Amino acid sequence: MRTVRVGAGQGFYGDTPAGALDVARNGDVAYICFDALAELTMAILQKDRMRNPEGGYTRDLPPFMRLLLPVARERGIRLITNAGGMNPAGAAAAVRGVARDLGMHELRVATVSGDDLTSRLDELRDAGAALDHLDTGASINDVRSRVVFAVAYLGARPVVEALRQDADVVVTGRVADASLFVAPMVHELGWAWDDWDRLAAGTVLGHLMECSGQATGGNFSGDWWDVPDLDRVGYPVAEVREDGTALLTKPHGSGGRVSVDTVKEQLLYEVLDPRTYMNPDVVADFTSAKLRDVEPDVVEVSGVSGSARPDALKVIAGYLDGWMGTAMIGYSWPDAEAKARRAAVLIDKLAQRAGLEPLEQLVEVVGVDSLHGDAATRDDQVNEVMLRVAARFQSEEEAARFPRVAMPLALNGPPFIGGSGSPGGPRALLGVWPSLVARELVEPHVTVDVQPAGVTT
Amino acid sequence: MTRIRLADVAHARSGDKGDLANVALFAPTDSLYAAFKREVTEERVRQLFGRFVQGRVDRYEVPNVRALNFVLHEALDGGAARSLRSDPLGKSYGSLLLRMEIEVDDAEMDGVTPRRPPR
Repeated sequence: MRTVRVGAGQGFYGDTPAGALDVARNGDVAYICFDALAELTMAILQKDRMRNPEGGYTRDLPPFMRLLLPVARERGIRLITNAGGMNPAGAAAAVRGVARDLGMHELRVATVSGDDLTSRLDELRDAGAALDHLDTGASINDVRSRVVFAVAYLGARPVVEALRQDADVVVTGRVADASLFVAPMVHELGWAWDDWDRLAAGTVLGHLMECSGQATGGNFSGDWWDVPDLDRVGYPVAEVREDGTALLTKPHGSGGRVSVDTVKEQLLYEVLDPRTYMNPDVVADFTSAKLRDVEPDVVEVSGVSGSARPDALKVIAGYLDGWMGTAMIGYSWPDAEAKARRAAVLIDKLAQRAGLEPLEQLVEVVGVDSLHGDAATRDDQVNEVMLRVAARFQSEEEAARFPRVAMPLALNGPPFIGGSGSPGGPRALLGVWPSLVARELVEPHVTVDVQPAGVTT
Repeated sequence: MTRIRLADVAHARSGDKGDLANVALFAPTDSLYAAFKREVTEERVRQLFGRFVQGRVDRYEVPNVRALNFVLHEALDGGAARSLRSDPLGKSYGSLLLRMEIEVDDAEMDGVTPRRPPR
């Protein structure tokens, strides 16, 4: 039976390239897939693109490629990444630049684009796409004037097309996380586009791998203290058979752990209804997946079933929703929490006196209630807390001024303070607007462009 | 009957999807899975999460991995990119759910070793 070995190289924008290098050297893979995107990441990349039209892709893409291209070239490994974010063409050009620097003028780099709907919103609305909010049903007109980007989640098809055109590196925009991994399986194993069970199996495997170390011992809530060597955790590698069954493992000699327990936590990560996991390629039934420990660090994944792909594609739009300014001050024992709460009242009054009018404000006492909120208990008086006051403003200028109003508390507030100041400058806030769009309004606009690195365009 | 804390016996993982958060709760045995289905209701989860969850809570059963998947609506302060919270992605919601205490029959604890993290 034909098989293909596919590895994970990245789980988020900010991930280390060490995991991908390890997979390339010790994973015996033919493909490495990099998921650089998340809803929050799209918002970050859009902010970059608004500052610089050449930007909008993840800034770690060129350094990743500089490290990986030599070993990938040597071993014939093809790389697939959605790090193109809001600017896949710019990202692909950057990858070709890195390849030229490395003397790889023949390297074929593909750009997959067409997911960006930002400039097409009015046209889409005129074509009947309501883009109502997926969860609340609200009309996008509520935020339309503040929308700064909109992208559709694409499936595996354009990536497979790039592989058919002999791309060595495929750079995409918002291709769905799992679809990056489905593409090499379809390409190598010859799965049909209506073979729902196999596409669902590939989607489950892609979902298990898209968060890199989170399937191989990272963030494991069981006996985390016994998971070995997370400082050099092995990223997931799947050996996928033609029938859709697979062995999930990690590179030999790496840290971490692959077991039914570590893998099942990832199976349900960011999943809503597990019977109908919606992806552009297929609707997968996650309750059908059978996980079995085969040997240490090898889990068999089998039995996955699926049904016909959704008619609509998911769209994520981001809209401007104010600016956040944050003030932070630590308070020590005794009465740490009481002093922090008093200081929050003082900051509120100081902000008013400075003419600042937050649209909303959140007081968290880090060390007490920031993570568990109402459920947090006070068994003993804690030793210290960090007061954090975050406020949303209409303007960047107000958000920048906000932390300064707290500065007098260094001398004028409750006693025994710790570090204080502003954790970074003001931050633009973007609301995220999920919705649906008919495929036929997006897919005809999707393009696949494969160019050798030596050709500068 | 015994009162146990979910953190002593269960695994959990949480994540974000817009303003929705999901929390998956995993049982170690079939009998404790039955106990979780009986005890860890949508309403109790809503109460535990308090002000964090403004909308409804949906519960899905995932028997192949002995899990309950909770979907919390309007649970992330409008979504990660506009949230004022220090945990905008709801990554710690899994541990919040593990705070819950439930009543189980002694027999339902058969074959379960309570978790013993290092001090």
